[in-house]
Amino acid sequence: MNFRLRIWRQPNRKSPGKLVDYDIRDISPNTSFLEMLDILNETLLGRDEEPIAFDSDCREGICGTCSLTINGEAHGPDHPGAVCELYMRKFRDGATIIVEPFHVGSFPIVKDLVIDRSVLDRIVQAGGFISARAGSAPEANSIPVPKHNADLAMEAAACIGCGACAAACPNGSAMLFTSAKVSHLAFLPQGDPERASRVLKMVQVMDAEGFGNCTNTYECEAVCPAEISASFIAKLNREYARAVLQRSAGE
Amino acid sequence: MIGTFDAKIPAGPLAQKWRSHRDHSRLVSPNNRRKFEIIVVGSGLAGGSAAATLGELGYRVKCFCFQDSPRRAHSIAAQGGINAAKNYQNDGDSVYRLFYDTIKGGDFRSREANVYRLAQIANNIIDQCVAQGVPFAREYSGYLANRSFGGAQVSRTFYARGQTGQQLLLGCYQALCRQIAADTVRMLPQTEMLDLVIVDGRAKGIITRNLRSGHIDKHAADAVVLASGGYGNVYYLSTNARGCNVTGTYRAYKRGALFANPSFTQIHPTCIPVSGEHQSKLTLMSESLRNDGRVWVPKRKENREKVPGEIPEADRDYYLERKYPSYGNLAPRDISSRAAKEVCDEGRGVGHSGRGVYLDFADAIKRLGEETIRERYGNLFEVYEKITGEDAYKVPMRIYPAVHYTMGGLWVDYDLMSNVPGLFVIGEANFSDHGANRLGASALMQGLADGYFVLPNTLPNYLAGQMGKRPSPDCPEFREAEQNVHARIDRLLKVNGTRSLDSFHRDLGLLLWEKCGMSRHENGLREALQKIPELREEFWRDVRVLGSDEDFNQFERDESAGAHFREEHQTPDGEALRDDERHAAVFAWEFGGDGQAPKLHREPLHFETVDLTQRSYK
Ligand SMILES: Cc1cc2nc3c(=O)[nH]c(=O)nc-3n(C[C@H](O)[C@H](O)[C@H](O)COP(=O)(O)OP(=O)(O)OC[C@H]3O[C@@H](n4cnc5c(N)ncnc54)[C@H](O)[C@@H]3O)c2cc1C
Repeated sequence: MNFRLRIWRQPNRKSPGKLVDYDIRDISPNTSFLEMLDILNETLLGRDEEPIAFDSDCREGICGTCSLTINGEAHGPDHPGAVCELYMRKFRDGATIIVEPFHVGSFPIVKDLVIDRSVLDRIVQAGGFISARAGSAPEANSIPVPKHNADLAMEAAACIGCGACAAACPNGSAMLFTSAKVSHLAFLPQGDPERASRVLKMVQVMDAEGFGNCTNTYECEAVCPAEISASFIAKLNREYARAVLQRSAGE
Repeated sequence: MIGTFDAKIPAGPLAQKWRSHRDHSRLVSPNNRRKFEIIVVGSGLAGGSAAATLGELGYRVKCFCFQDSPRRAHSIAAQGGINAAKNYQNDGDSVYRLFYDTIKGGDFRSREANVYRLAQIANNIIDQCVAQGVPFAREYSGYLANRSFGGAQVSRTFYARGQTGQQLLLGCYQALCRQIAADTVRMLPQTEMLDLVIVDGRAKGIITRNLRSGHIDKHAADAVVLASGGYGNVYYLSTNARGCNVTGTYRAYKRGALFANPSFTQIHPTCIPVSGEHQSKLTLMSESLRNDGRVWVPKRKENREKVPGEIPEADRDYYLERKYPSYGNLAPRDISSRAAKEVCDEGRGVGHSGRGVYLDFADAIKRLGEETIRERYGNLFEVYEKITGEDAYKVPMRIYPAVHYTMGGLWVDYDLMSNVPGLFVIGEANFSDHGANRLGASALMQGLADGYFVLPNTLPNYLAGQMGKRPSPDCPEFREAEQNVHARIDRLLKVNGTRSLDSFHRDLGLLLWEKCGMSRHENGLREALQKIPELREEFWRDVRVLGSDEDFNQFERDESAGAHFREEHQTPDGEALRDDERHAAVFAWEFGGDGQAPKLHREPLHFETVDLTQRSYK
């Protein structure tokens, strides 16, 4: 298969970026999208041109490292899935494909297609955990958790932290990401003691880092490779309201 | 050789060793802990849990990883589960049985004392993870669920859908985040360790490069903990993440740390077969699938290209069930992998390359319904469909073995300290607990045992004697190591050849896969030993660089044990034939200088409790 690629090139954070055209030929339909970029990079290296910087690691959709917007869609057309799980058989032969990084104000571009998502770590550091010291845990089956709650917690916990939700959102909101962590821990009895302070602190940091607000467009849910449901955003709102009420009631 | 080469196994009965060792180890008092700086290289299950726990205890920790966030360490990709001896199923499990299965699964090439301790700690890990909020699978009662894995006749594996590694790592990452917020841990992502610094015979720091800015930095500490993962990627194609590399342990090796049992590499039986030459990695289909999937190939090779549904039952060879009736499709990994290779070598392999076998769910779907199978393995079926374009609910999966895990690694004593005093090695990076073959769901167990429970109890024993002895990062040893790193990078950039790094890596990988893969023969090993230096020479002549260098050890173990299958040593029915008389030992290699042969040290293994039997899964 042959393709025309229009790829975002940007030397560093401060310089402006632009789309540059590359032609690539004889690609097998069983090649993954990132392997296709590997092949392109080998060609560029051979021509003494600077290879295209892009991030990836596990290449099976779980580490959340890869972060490309393809033809305007975060992670490309094959939902649900990260871009490393996208195969060239999903494209038409001869197609023009536009490849950009996740454009989100809070994820500065480092180089070409590589972005800085350390802000997502900072949201978790604000309170996305249960304070359980190694050595102090009770016997595991002493805390039964209704299967339904455990399943919901797992669904929320499946978030891979890629940031596609913010990239797809017209407001650049990270609500889906934050709601997934808040919900995961709120569905479990172990998460109860820190439930109110957790949501307040995480939302505070999320807002301070400049993410936009949620206006229920559900683009986040549509592109999420881990199929995190937008209903967790409603859960986040409830958790937040509950915590604010508790606090104002002086609890 | 630096330091000592003594495993320092505590005296006393097996079940008491760990307890009595802790009773007699030295401690560091709470208000002295913040005077110690600890470097942890790696943020996977081993490094992440160690960094979080040491931070919580009050030490000052610096944690490094090469990804952009500690949450992306390769542990995230583990699918199937984690073992413990809870006996929640009331099916006869116990600490002893977990210990015995693990040491037998490893073909009697690991230390009794280490493995027993691992089995003892396993239950604490489950407690810890549940307390952290890891959403393990549960039954309708609200209690924890289990499933079975290879090499065991009990159901002792805890799991979180097909994403157990992800959930355990996120638990550990969240604990780490808490310590980062509390300022006990400083996290340095995208920072790669490029050298180990030894001062007066002790590990006292590392040299790093920031992968974004290229800055080279010196970090001094009171102890260095390596948790940098395994070396499976020397084979190029493996189930490991692209970034996994052996630099951390290899640099330590070059500084004098012994590399133990490098030939013990695990080939996982159930991976999606190779499809083309530009493939960048292989994808694992979790071993848990073998609970419900049946492995087969056509009995006659003429049928190998037929549509599987058109091959009648009578013409199918369910070879694992046939050869190993009591374990069947759940025979251990080394054995299942070799069996797959064997049927493909006979020309009965399926798929266009002929290197594949079927993993068939038709019976399970008939018995349990598609819904149940979807609930158990849905995400794996989706992954399979994305990669191959086939629907495994309708046609059997095609699978083939691939490099997956490395049992070998840096040699450590019972305290997880290498022969270099002050250099601790945990997780897949060390060689400690899996002998010649690792059982499924036990790497996660080992990584977390090391990080949450073993290291925090053994590190103080070393630190207690090191108070106030942290060198300045400006001392000559640090400067020498820093210059060494600069010189190496300059040399790489100067070659300015024509071939990409990946192309060398691919050649090296292919060579190793062919000569040192699922089975090995002396002739092939000799050939590899000759070709590797040629490739290295070409590398330094013709590489064009934007990355790091690859290297490896020589291997020579003249017996078969577990995953190390030497064709010259097999039983009449083709199983690994050990040589306990000469080789019941850990082989630990010492770097002998560039271009020199490494020197072999042997640590004999003493078995006080178990009998060394021929492993049988029949
Ligand atoms: C696909 C797959 C599925 C698996 N499934 C299971 C399973 O179901 N059950 C099970 O028990 N085991 C499983 N395993 C094995 C298990 O996942 C690994 O052995 C284990 O997670 C390794 O953990 P670790 O902490 O030792 O290393 P890793 O998770 O590999 O972490 C290594 C860390 O070191 C860092 N690092 C490496 N080199 C450097 C350097 N030079 N400088 C700085 N940082 C560095 C990395 O950034 C990373 O943070 C699986 C493995 C694979 C590949």
